[in-house]
Amino acid sequence: MTTLQTPTAGLDVASIRDDFPILSRTVREGRPLVYLDSGATSQRPRQVLDAERAFLETHNAAVHRGAHQLAEEATDDYEAARSKIAVFTGAEPEELVFTKNATEGINLVAYAMGNSSIRTGLAPESERFAVGPGDEIVVTELEHHANLVPWQELCRRTGATLRWYSVTEDGRIDLDSLELTERVKVVAFAHQSNVLGSIAPVEELVRRAQAVGALTVLDACQSVPHMPVNLTELGVDFAAFSGHKMLGPSGVGVLFGRTELLDAMPPFITGGSMIEMVRMEGSTYAPPPQRFEAGVPMTSQAVGLGAAVDYLSAIGMDTVFAHERELTKVALDTLREVEGVRIIGPDSLEQRGGAVSFVVDGVHAHDVGQVLDDRGIAVRVGHHCAWPLHRRFGIAATVRASFHVYTTVEEVAQLADGVRAAREFFGVA
Amino acid sequence: MKLEQMYQEIILDHYRQPHGAGLREPYDAETHHINPTCGDEVTLRVKLGDDPAHPTVQDVSYESLGCSISQASTSVLTDLVVGKSVEEAFRILESFQEMAQSRGKVPGDEEIIGDGIAFAGVSKYPARVKCALLGWMAFKDAVARVKEEA
Repeated sequence: MTTLQTPTAGLDVASIRDDFPILSRTVREGRPLVYLDSGATSQRPRQVLDAERAFLETHNAAVHRGAHQLAEEATDDYEAARSKIAVFTGAEPEELVFTKNATEGINLVAYAMGNSSIRTGLAPESERFAVGPGDEIVVTELEHHANLVPWQELCRRTGATLRWYSVTEDGRIDLDSLELTERVKVVAFAHQSNVLGSIAPVEELVRRAQAVGALTVLDACQSVPHMPVNLTELGVDFAAFSGHKMLGPSGVGVLFGRTELLDAMPPFITGGSMIEMVRMEGSTYAPPPQRFEAGVPMTSQAVGLGAAVDYLSAIGMDTVFAHERELTKVALDTLREVEGVRIIGPDSLEQRGGAVSFVVDGVHAHDVGQVLDDRGIAVRVGHHCAWPLHRRFGIAATVRASFHVYTTVEEVAQLADGVRAAREFFGVA
Repeated sequence: MKLEQMYQEIILDHYRQPHGAGLREPYDAETHHINPTCGDEVTLRVKLGDDPAHPTVQDVSYESLGCSISQASTSVLTDLVVGKSVEEAFRILESFQEMAQSRGKVPGDEEIIGDGIAFAGVSKYPARVKCALLGWMAFKDAVARVKEEA
């Protein structure tokens, strides 16, 4: 196929695409793949696949145990990946815990808080994580289930109350909808909505949380992969993101926690390699991040994530963001032209990233997605794990297009044509 | 083209003009089924005949929110099972389910499932099988509830 690749943000998308073998395949009877589902999972460049393979072919061993040469090399590679990710996110290496994914990272905090709340046999510094009846956990109505259900569960286990900021008609967190009080112990929110694309006013939310002494937990799943993020400068206490959404492998994610907090926080998953000393009567635990990495961890995946960070850094996250901004503009401009299309989320580029969700009057999102799929266009349909947000807008499902550094303007422009075809097919045009 | 194979005219007709839609009284049991991956929902009521020795499906009424496949298949369900014995209705259900879950391997028996064979194409799309079965599973569940209560 002769795809014109309109340069955006000075990015050579054509040569980037050469790094992603999957993008050259066809789907559904020979249609070139148009992958607009990077918000669900991104594709991985050869550099990431090669790094994983090279690690497994030359250095593979269980990390942080054993004294043989391979164990040393594997541990060095694993920790080097942590250091790279630390530089990439403006954190210190010991502030980053490898987890399975962001979901596990958020659960780690929620369960550590649950453990703290039991108040038996724990060090006194864990008290700051304890919650109980009368305390409040605050989230927002636009959260992904991964940053909602763990807090619902923490409330259920401890008797704390869940409260939330509502969402405005144009898809922003409504800062006037909730007044934080001293009862609030946690404020957890998404940096960028996975449905609406809107970017949260992090500074203001952190200020409000700090004013009442609450901890902040940032779901950075849709921000770290798509824009420059400096976690230290943002001032959040915790943040979580997943490797597979940032050109890296699945099965690896990162939890960021400020040093003094991770130092004070009791473990979630316990077992091997997270200990300091074990006796039959009881155990003491290693300093972070090891305290939170029980068992033999994912290793080639961590190394692969390090390679993904190298890949993104070489492009520059400012460039990645600018590129996606152009794509978002094209998506909004072309979809707006299609009759019956309603954008769910900000219709401008202000404080907005590249997730564009919409509904089509008279055609269910599933059916739109099927027509797009028939044309080789892969989008997400459904509630995108943000069911309460969809209910807030009075809809069951949306179509979501999302991008990454390899997405072209021409691909995004095909979306509107596909939606027109869907309207025609279902007889609403 | 594959799209037409999946969205056969019969499906589109049922989608545009669903049969038996709306919730009606009287009924013996009501179920609410959800497709958790897409948020589609159906509320379905069943009224069985009065002879417990030979139970029949007197009415199936429903309200649903969903894609063309789930709406049309619930519409087809009402055509196929209303007026039949429960035993016969379940035979139809099993036949429809077998076809829907066959990934295109079972073409479906028109003698048994009538318009239901239009959904054979859907079975090739694993992500849509749940859509095709949403109303049917709600019906199965509703009948089971009537039996439990009896």
